[in-house]
Amino acid sequence: MTGNHGAAAEEARAGFRADGLDARLVVERGTRPGGGAAFRLDVTLTVAPGEVVALLGPNGAGKTTALRALAGLMPLTEGHLRLDGVALERTPPESRPVGVVFQDYLLFPHLTALDNVAFGPRCQGASKAAARAQAAAWLDRLGLAAHAGAKPRKLSGGQAQRVALARALATHPRLLLLDEPLAALDARTRLEVRAQLRRHLADFEAVAVLVTHDPLDAMVLADRLVVVEEGRIVQEGSPSDIARHPRTDYIAQLVGLNLYRGKADGHTVRLDTGPLLTTTEALTGPVYVAFPPNAVTLHRDRPTGSSARNLWRCEVGGLETHGDQIRAVLTGELPLAADLTTVAAAELDLYPGAEVWAAVKATQTHAYPV
Amino acid sequence: MTRTVRRNHRNHRTLHAAGAGVAALLALSACSSSGGSAAAEPDSPASAGGSDPGKVTGDVTVFAAASLKESFEKLGREFERQHPGTKVTFSFGGSDSLAASITGGAPADVFASASPRTMKIVTDAGDASGTPATFVRNRLQIATLPGNPDKIGSLKDLTDPNLKVVLCDKTVPCGAAAQKALDASKLELTPVSYEEDVKSALTKVVLKEADAAVVYRTDVKAAGEKVEGVEFPEAAGAVNDYPVTVLEDASNPVAAKAFIELVQSPEGQRVLTEAGFLQP
Amino acid sequence: MTPTDKAGAAPGTLRDGRRLRIRTGDGRGVPLPLLLPALAGLAFLLVPLAGLLVRTPWHSLPGLLAGAQVWQALQLSLICATAATAVSLVVGVPLAWLLARVEFPGRGLVRALVTLPLVLPPVVGGVALLMALGRNGIVGQWLDSWFGITLPFTTAGVVVAEAFVALPFLVISVEGTLRAADPRYEEAAATLGASRFTAFRRVTLPLIAPGIAAGAVLAWARALGEFGATITFAGNFPGRTQTMPLAVYLALQSDPEAAIALSLVLLAVSIAVLAALRDRWVAAG
Repeated sequence: MTGNHGAAAEEARAGFRADGLDARLVVERGTRPGGGAAFRLDVTLTVAPGEVVALLGPNGAGKTTALRALAGLMPLTEGHLRLDGVALERTPPESRPVGVVFQDYLLFPHLTALDNVAFGPRCQGASKAAARAQAAAWLDRLGLAAHAGAKPRKLSGGQAQRVALARALATHPRLLLLDEPLAALDARTRLEVRAQLRRHLADFEAVAVLVTHDPLDAMVLADRLVVVEEGRIVQEGSPSDIARHPRTDYIAQLVGLNLYRGKADGHTVRLDTGPLLTTTEALTGPVYVAFPPNAVTLHRDRPTGSSARNLWRCEVGGLETHGDQIRAVLTGELPLAADLTTVAAAELDLYPGAEVWAAVKATQTHAYPV
Repeated sequence: MTRTVRRNHRNHRTLHAAGAGVAALLALSACSSSGGSAAAEPDSPASAGGSDPGKVTGDVTVFAAASLKESFEKLGREFERQHPGTKVTFSFGGSDSLAASITGGAPADVFASASPRTMKIVTDAGDASGTPATFVRNRLQIATLPGNPDKIGSLKDLTDPNLKVVLCDKTVPCGAAAQKALDASKLELTPVSYEEDVKSALTKVVLKEADAAVVYRTDVKAAGEKVEGVEFPEAAGAVNDYPVTVLEDASNPVAAKAFIELVQSPEGQRVLTEAGFLQP
Repeated sequence: MTPTDKAGAAPGTLRDGRRLRIRTGDGRGVPLPLLLPALAGLAFLLVPLAGLLVRTPWHSLPGLLAGAQVWQALQLSLICATAATAVSLVVGVPLAWLLARVEFPGRGLVRALVTLPLVLPPVVGGVALLMALGRNGIVGQWLDSWFGITLPFTTAGVVVAEAFVALPFLVISVEGTLRAADPRYEEAAATLGASRFTAFRRVTLPLIAPGIAAGAVLAWARALGEFGATITFAGNFPGRTQTMPLAVYLALQSDPEAAIALSLVLLAVSIAVLAALRDRWVAAG
């Protein structure tokens, strides 16, 4: 009745090495005509206790698969999973010291918030009264004491999210998994809840892994980002690292940078697509070059006598509003995105199809080895 | 075609279909209710025997007591052989159940019941044409498991509490007769079940669920080796007269009469006697 | 349905363009192609009941109902139907869970077999039960020789026969509800430490309770009205195996008025029980 949650957790605490998470998750799903798996996830995760890692990636990248594999809801095809020194690959989910906050919370509709949170402790063997007392304490800690007696359908999005968090935390998990924790919330609530969640995660002593497609969530909530694309890790590091040195188009787009690959020879980089680019760093071999859209200046006529070494002839492909700025998406010699004020855009008389010259100062570019 | 026009077409078609369905139902009910008017179906010459008073042809429906099953089926085949172009359809069951069906309007030409009481239900309701005539009589017999393992020799033996005995329900002629015999010998018999007709009672013994049943001689004979019959003297005091009659609403009275004539003929009587019936 | 249909155009339009409408509570019309068949269906069900009420011999009713046999049969019917429903619940809900949640080879076949009693004529069902559980039945003979248990001709046999015909209703109803219920709640329960059985007990069961109630009501009603399997397997003996349907059938032969009176009693009791089960308790899913 109590499952083995108590036993495995005991074991985890007994051989307790507070090692955190050490996993290689290989999951194959579906089949392709002609043999072979339709989708293969292969990621290696090492997270220290107290660390918050975000799995970031586009839809279909395999982030949710990884999360479900960690929770035990999906079997591993290969690999290993060790949490605090205990191997958990073959352990069923109810015996793993893992807590999950689901994307749509999955609060049990027939139980009050209090009983929802008390569910875990009761499964671990606590009496009804003891479990409820623990639950009440958790709800209080998350500022939900007033809503303890409410059924889930009476809770707002933000309140439901906190109840779901309390419910997962009440079992004292050694690994907390959050699946798109803010996705179900509207923009305003998201701001508030993001801040609160950050505080709660900071207080959490064990390993936390969150899955998201929103870069802002990832950067605010996580200590470390792991970017997953098509079942593989394409980059990992601190948020600022990744923001400054993106290695894929997806990441670049995410952090809002223009990103190119090329071969460097001293200060000159010959981009794979053809054009030349001058940078401040002197490198050799394959490199990435990145610069933000606001480093680009646009001219109607070819500028003469400018200090910008990088100049390309482009055509306006499209215009988007970003806050009080305009982002021009340019095609041509070098496809890129340029930010400018509305006034400037008007003065230049920009419209799709218009011819412009784009310039970037070498000092504003950033080159780094592949 | 615009969506609105198509939708209108669909709705009209639906209404038409519904209307046609209702009309069909009404037509069906009209056809089935008037069993008596042969003129109601002028386009089916096979069923209307009234066109040629002398010739026996067409379909004949016979409702008969369950105990008459084997013998009547034999006679039915004989009848069809003697009168080519006829077809005899039987409905066998508990006489009480059949009587209730007939008074309720079931279409039949002939009714042969296992007791005057059940026939009275039909005549009282005015559904019989003319006076019913007794054509056979039937005697009760005890049916036991093959080899009579419980060594049942008399009606009294059935009162053994260790035996599972099955009787027909008192509303059925067989049950009424059995009760009469039991009352005459002042015996108290508690069966495990009162069956709805004599064949059901017999089946319980054939399936070996019951140790014995009180049924007709004819049923025991018909079951052959599956049961063993045990005579008992009290049966003589509770013999059932089997009356037969043409029904008022018969759609084929000519053939109906002819069938009854066959039943009452020496030939018919021979078949019945072979089955175990007694002469009237 | 196209959005324009929902707006209430065209359906119900007569040839000359006039519109025939009955207003529902929110002011929108009931489409005629739905209304007419619905009314026909309702009439089809209610007219026979009305016939029964009209033909009831009201003046002789007290006399007809005075006999002990009536109340004996009624009491037996209610007890057996309830017992059969209880049996169906105990084995049916787990079976429904198995069919809905566990993938095993031959699952489709098993599902089809479970619905078999629905298509089997009840008398055939009764005969099948005899073949299996009768004195010489493939299982029955062992029950008889080892435990001295016989089922035919006993009240327990009535319960078995009724459960046989009622169980499929319950299983199908509950399986349907289970499939509609979100299995992710059970996953959530697992991550909180609940074993599969605990998750079933504390999460799934409360969620599908309305569906189970609906299935139980169906099963109870079916069991109450069962005739063929009961009379074939358990026989007919007043007080022990003569349920109301059997009493009605036999009374019909000799005393139609008594039969109508009995039917009325059965109807009244059934309606009382079914009406007492409030809508919101048995609303499925």
